[in-house]
Amino acid sequence: MSYYEEEDLGRFGDVGKHRPDLFEKFMAWYQACQEDGALSRREKALIGLAVAHALQCPYCIDAYSQSCLEAGSNLEQMTEAIHMASALRGGASLVHGVQAHNSVNKVSM
Amino acid sequence: MSRPSLPVVEDSSLRAPAAFEQRLAEHGLELRAARVETLQVNVGKLCNQACKHCHVDASPRRTEIMSAGVAEQVLEAVRRFRFPVVDITGGAPELNPNFRRLVSESRRLGSHVLVRHNLTVMFEPGQEVLPEFFRAHAVEVVSSLPYFLGQQTDAQRGPGVFDKSIEAMKRLNAVGYGIEGGGLTLNLVYNPVGAFLPPPQGSIEADFKRELLARHGVTFDRLYTITNMPIRRFLEYLRRSGNEERYMRKLVQAFNPATVEGLMCRTLVSVDWTGRLYDCDFNQMLELGVDAALPQTIADFDPATFAARRIVTGAHCFGCTAGAGSSCGGAVA
Repeated sequence: MSYYEEEDLGRFGDVGKHRPDLFEKFMAWYQACQEDGALSRREKALIGLAVAHALQCPYCIDAYSQSCLEAGSNLEQMTEAIHMASALRGGASLVHGVQAHNSVNKVSM
Repeated sequence: MSRPSLPVVEDSSLRAPAAFEQRLAEHGLELRAARVETLQVNVGKLCNQACKHCHVDASPRRTEIMSAGVAEQVLEAVRRFRFPVVDITGGAPELNPNFRRLVSESRRLGSHVLVRHNLTVMFEPGQEVLPEFFRAHAVEVVSSLPYFLGQQTDAQRGPGVFDKSIEAMKRLNAVGYGIEGGGLTLNLVYNPVGAFLPPPQGSIEADFKRELLARHGVTFDRLYTITNMPIRRFLEYLRRSGNEERYMRKLVQAFNPATVEGLMCRTLVSVDWTGRLYDCDFNQMLELGVDAALPQTIADFDPATFAARRIVTGAHCFGCTAGAGSSCGGAVA
């Protein structure tokens, strides 16, 4: 048994058993974010997939992989989105190298 | 061949057939035919391909095909009742020796004829003339192409199918099919390559048009999105891959009451290679004949008794009512 169970995603609504008012507000906001707007549902699903990888949330990766397929994206496009998330994660680490260099420079002759 | 099975899942709320009827009732709906516009003729299970999602279980090894005698009964019904549309499918219907007579005679009798043509059959011996044959009879051609890339298409339909399909589209384009102003209709069909629902028809159609033109220089008219039905070969795939319950749950959760009015069974009667009648091609493959009170064969068909008939349903019907809906003409809502 793994810590994350696939079927638990279907039990997300159970979180709303306590403070349902807050959960309902979240769900209304969440659903509204998915709709076609200035960005298409397909673009939003790809953003969701990228963010899911940045967060490394197994539920979100599963859900947004399906959403991307059902929005018409293919694995090439999805993989590019995942690379974007990964590149940003890598870049975010790497750019802190400047901090390290600053720190080193501060105490160096 | 063993009797086909219906989807079976652990959760009894998803089980056939009560679940679908119950869901209709919850929305105050009842599934009855509106009229009979289309006679869909399935001439048999013989095909030059063996696609992984095929609800017919068609393949080159199948031998069940419509005889000349049954084809004549079909044409007699077309002669008597003048169906506005005759929709010919299979298998690969072109491989049936009675196919060309069914097309030419139905056209002569004034029906609009639609052929579900798999593109690659054009490269089988004796079938090279199909583009000219289709043009000569102003046939509407509807062809499966599950994706605009080779990898996905070949994964579903077999190695090399995508390249052949593109070559066939070029030949159809060359005689005027799918060309703006050409007057000859070539529509494509998208099926998901796996256990998920189709994307919105309009957006994926735009992708297909752009990519197929840019990559291969081929054009078509409309793209129909069709949901994979949880029956036969696709059901076997769902079971093998552990996706059956998840897929059924997805279909049930995506039930859209707005699709019911436009379901194909409301305007179509399906006839199999033996002449037996069904409410749709999927019921045909499950051997779910029309309501027992109705005539059961094309020889006894009477449009008056079929016009407002009760449609025979099962859990697979959730496939046609999920999301934007699914029919032989694509999304319905």
